Amino acid sequence: MAMHTKFDWRRMTVTAVMFALSILFLLPFVWMLVTSFKEETEVFTYPIQWIPKHWRLVENYKEVWVGDYPFYRYYWNSIKVGLATTAISCIVSSLAAYGFSKVQFKASKYLFMIVLATYMVPGQATLVPQFILYRNIGLFDSHLGLIIIGSFSVLGTFMLRQFFMGVHQEFIESAKIDGAGHFRIFWRIGFPLVRPAVATYAILRFIWTWNDYQNPLIFLRSDRLYTLTIAMQKFTSMSGEFYSLIMAAAVSAILPLFLVFVIGQKSVIEGIALGGVKG
Amino acid sequence: MMAQQAAAAGERPAALPVPPATSRRKGSLQRGETIAGFLFVSPMLIGVSILVLLPIVATFVLSFADWNFVAGWDGIRWIGFENFKSLLDDPAFLKSVRNNLIFLLSVPIYLLISIVLAFLIDRYVYFKGYFKVAYFMPYISNIVAVAVVWQVLFQPSYGPINEMLKTIGFSNPPKWIADPHYALVSLMMISVWISIGFNMVVYIAGLQSIPRDLYEAADIDGAGTWTKFRRITFPMLSPTTFFLLVTGVISTFKIFDLIAVMTQGGPIGSTSMMVWYLYDQAFTNLKIGYASSVSAVLFLFVLLITIGQWGLQKKWVNY
Repeated sequence: MAMHTKFDWRRMTVTAVMFALSILFLLPFVWMLVTSFKEETEVFTYPIQWIPKHWRLVENYKEVWVGDYPFYRYYWNSIKVGLATTAISCIVSSLAAYGFSKVQFKASKYLFMIVLATYMVPGQATLVPQFILYRNIGLFDSHLGLIIIGSFSVLGTFMLRQFFMGVHQEFIESAKIDGAGHFRIFWRIGFPLVRPAVATYAILRFIWTWNDYQNPLIFLRSDRLYTLTIAMQKFTSMSGEFYSLIMAAAVSAILPLFLVFVIGQKSVIEGIALGGVKG
Repeated sequence: MMAQQAAAAGERPAALPVPPATSRRKGSLQRGETIAGFLFVSPMLIGVSILVLLPIVATFVLSFADWNFVAGWDGIRWIGFENFKSLLDDPAFLKSVRNNLIFLLSVPIYLLISIVLAFLIDRYVYFKGYFKVAYFMPYISNIVAVAVVWQVLFQPSYGPINEMLKTIGFSNPPKWIADPHYALVSLMMISVWISIGFNMVVYIAGLQSIPRDLYEAADIDGAGTWTKFRRITFPMLSPTTFFLLVTGVISTFKIFDLIAVMTQGGPIGSTSMMVWYLYDQAFTNLKIGYASSVSAVLFLFVLLITIGQWGLQKKWVNY
């Protein structure tokens, strides 16, 4: 094609316009980052100082991480809840996905319809009874309760079921002929074949759990159990006007996800594109 | 032994008459399959039964009750449809529903922006990877952190956005989330900003499945970019658009985080939406019965959209 040999002006122009537009999406994050390095008095100077005059990087972050509202604790809580939820959710979802796609039993269709029906129930419509239930069985105000709530999302089942359906039935049948039971087939053949899909789902589940605001808000009460999102909000209402500190907290909350995203970018984007899934 | 099993499990000679011995073996194999099937799906099934099915039934039952949580089980009074009648006369609830409906407008707006961005990024830019990540950033970011940043940026008297507006000549910029007339619109703008990345990524995936020869044929006919977008891209993406529209509409009914962090439904109820109202009634006012009736209405809204989607899908989508 002739287009490749000469400089493509139109493509360059579109790129420039799109770049200008993308600033709209990145600038709030840049502002967040810059503000977290500033002295409080410089936060609202106008025109905006994109390079702080007086750096308070160490002081601000130290205050946030080990101050009155120690973020290291909430970090740990978020990591714990995030990893546990992701692990359990992956196990439960892939088991169910295998059961619904590779085991032929009569009730399968009806049971799957039950699972599908629960997907249509908006999470908030069940909050009140869940809350009452949790109060009565002692799961309220505990990480375990939060992990359980997050682990039984049927989304993973749908997503992984799609992938299991792509595994050829012959693999399963020939393993059966060799005398393998379903659990062995699942563990030795099914699961390894869909591992990339499980990894994608795991990243997404971790992001959603990390960002979850509603469940920790409702199912946790004690300060020391707070996850980052809730801690972030309490910190904001407590430190009121200290925007530099609030922004240091915000950067701390976003950074791990940003790293997870940059590392797993391809699978995150592919996963979302494939399933069109939404937390 | 092996061969027998193979005959029973493997080929399934459906047309052949089955000898009795094999059929018994097949029966026990089938039982084995059933047990295995139940074992595989039971963790998920038990989980959703306890965490979703049971609660949604309870929601409907409780929506007929007048019950304050602190009164204990003895405090329940069954009042039939009273809660639903009160909802119809409750201006705060009606306002929340109205706000929900207004918020629906944000969905076509971000879909339109997303489809144009996806079209351009897919074909007409350098550095595709950069753009995907840049527009996607808001989606992966912690909603509380994002909300706090916007809260500060929108700060009415000295926030950067209003300072900028003042410099370019608006002497009286709106007070954004502090102003009842602008608060909902401000939240919608932020919601559009957050949603674009996700929708764009799904659109880009949809674009991959459009056959290249359609565009080549259009090139031969001398079609311009706009014509190609309008005549090929847009119609070919209609299944994706439909899917995103439905999930987008349903997700507006579930909006909670943004309101809880930024406005708490205020100022003067201008940003209250159904889920916020539900939360407020249940966990601030402790009116469990009343909140459950709001939940029931929310559920019915989502159900109606889902059913409507099945009906519309055939007419509207261009496969």
